Amino acid sequence: MHPAPSLIAFSLLSGLGFGLLAMLGLGIAAPEGLVGTVFWGLGLGLSGSALLASAFHLGHPERALKAFSQWRSSWLSREAWLASAAMAVFALHAGLITFAGWRIAPLGWLGALLALGTVGATAMIYAQLRTVPRWHHWSTPALFIGHALAGGSLLAGKTVLAGILLIALGAGQLAAWWLGDRLFARSGTSITRATGLGVPDGIRLWEAPHTGQNYLTREMVFVIARKHVAKLRVIAAVFGYAAPAVLLLLPSVDHAIAAVAVLCHIFGAAVSRWLFFAEAEHVVGLYYGRGR
Amino acid sequence: MTDLPPALQVKLGLVIDLDTCVGCHACVIACKGWNTQGDAGPLADADAYGKAPEGAFLNRVHSFELTPETGPAQIVHFPKSCLHCETAPCVTVCPTGASYKRVEDGIVLVNETDCIGCGLCAWACPYGAREMDPVEKVMKKCTLCVDRIYNETLPEVDRVPACVRTCPAGARHFGDLGDPDSAVSQLVAERGGYDLMPDQETGPVNKYLPPRPRDAEIDILAPFLEPVAEEPRGFMAWLDRTLERI
Repeated sequence: MHPAPSLIAFSLLSGLGFGLLAMLGLGIAAPEGLVGTVFWGLGLGLSGSALLASAFHLGHPERALKAFSQWRSSWLSREAWLASAAMAVFALHAGLITFAGWRIAPLGWLGALLALGTVGATAMIYAQLRTVPRWHHWSTPALFIGHALAGGSLLAGKTVLAGILLIALGAGQLAAWWLGDRLFARSGTSITRATGLGVPDGIRLWEAPHTGQNYLTREMVFVIARKHVAKLRVIAAVFGYAAPAVLLLLPSVDHAIAAVAVLCHIFGAAVSRWLFFAEAEHVVGLYYGRGR
Repeated sequence: MTDLPPALQVKLGLVIDLDTCVGCHACVIACKGWNTQGDAGPLADADAYGKAPEGAFLNRVHSFELTPETGPAQIVHFPKSCLHCETAPCVTVCPTGASYKRVEDGIVLVNETDCIGCGLCAWACPYGAREMDPVEKVMKKCTLCVDRIYNETLPEVDRVPACVRTCPAGARHFGDLGDPDSAVSQLVAERGGYDLMPDQETGPVNKYLPPRPRDAEIDILAPFLEPVAEEPRGFMAWLDRTLERI
């Protein structure tokens, strides 16, 4: 699949933003005074800018409100509702804490539930797609929520919790890569099933329907140089999970070390999210001579 | 709503005969022509006369080479358009309700004024049947020429999809696949019509008829031809030897 920068930015920022808001809402991190205001602003700002980034992916952003109508069947519509509800609840919660000094804990818990629900709904947009076997697996929502929790606790300054979560997340990501490489073959969709013709070794694309690119080939038959996948996975694993975990679990962690850990994690997670899209093979590629 | 309708009585669709298709792409052009010039148009192109022309098409013809374990190789031309699936995954993922499946005949359509151009329906379709219009930024797909098949201002013979009307080989058939007695249903039963990607569980209405196996021996003149001399003789043999020596 085409790794659109708007989608990578959206899913990454929304994971971090809603993850941080969930940590604040659950009271795992409860910064006071001005610091608290900055944290609430950061959480709401990241989530809000993520929603803006997602709008850049639309052909007609001015019709975005229509996307609230189909919550009964569409995960994208559910995501819109959950994100708006989470933002509204947290704006109220943060406002009451900052301006009135009232910390109503259940309001925070509700916000955290909605925030993690939003991240889950984002993941389900991908996981529901049977056409992309690498995504069509429960590990997709698990990893998205894992990224939100680890990234959120990291931003919230919960060093030990973040270190432990990053180790678990890294292990989960490695397992997902290993598994993901096998899911297309396991899905049962093949060139012989796609065309109903021939035997696997006895059929190949002789002539494509068009000589240039089209929407399908650019969007869904994206192919990255296979030789770089292993290197990019190592970069993602080291920067995204291993290095920040080691930094955070050092005996003493000051602000400078924490900042390096945050930057490392964001860089590595971005590479990981790029791979999530770039490595995903859509079954329509079979009609264009990709795979068997 | 983008909920799918319950089991339908009428299922309009196409039956495509892979044995008969000659790969002329006339259906592709007829489809593009009707859908860009008619009421539903435009069906736009980007950079149409430039270096990298690209556009939205609702029907495309792939060609595959089959090499069976015995017998000669075979080219199969493979037209592909929306299969108007019974459990269309493109419909249920739509966040706005722009994508829907008609209750009266099962045609899957896009209400373009509701489409936000998110592209998720194209991702959900295993067949590559939906393409984003590069100019209008909304999703386009086969309408089964809904503006022809019920159009009483057209002569009755023209009230079929443009691709079916134009096919010079008679490889495309249009009809009600929900009616077991219809001509298309009979054809499917007779020729062993099948679904594409059954493992995706989309329940496609369109069916494909398999190519018939080719005759094993096709070169009837070969036994009567003398084999060509492998070794040169006479002057050519002398020239060959002389050139070898230099």
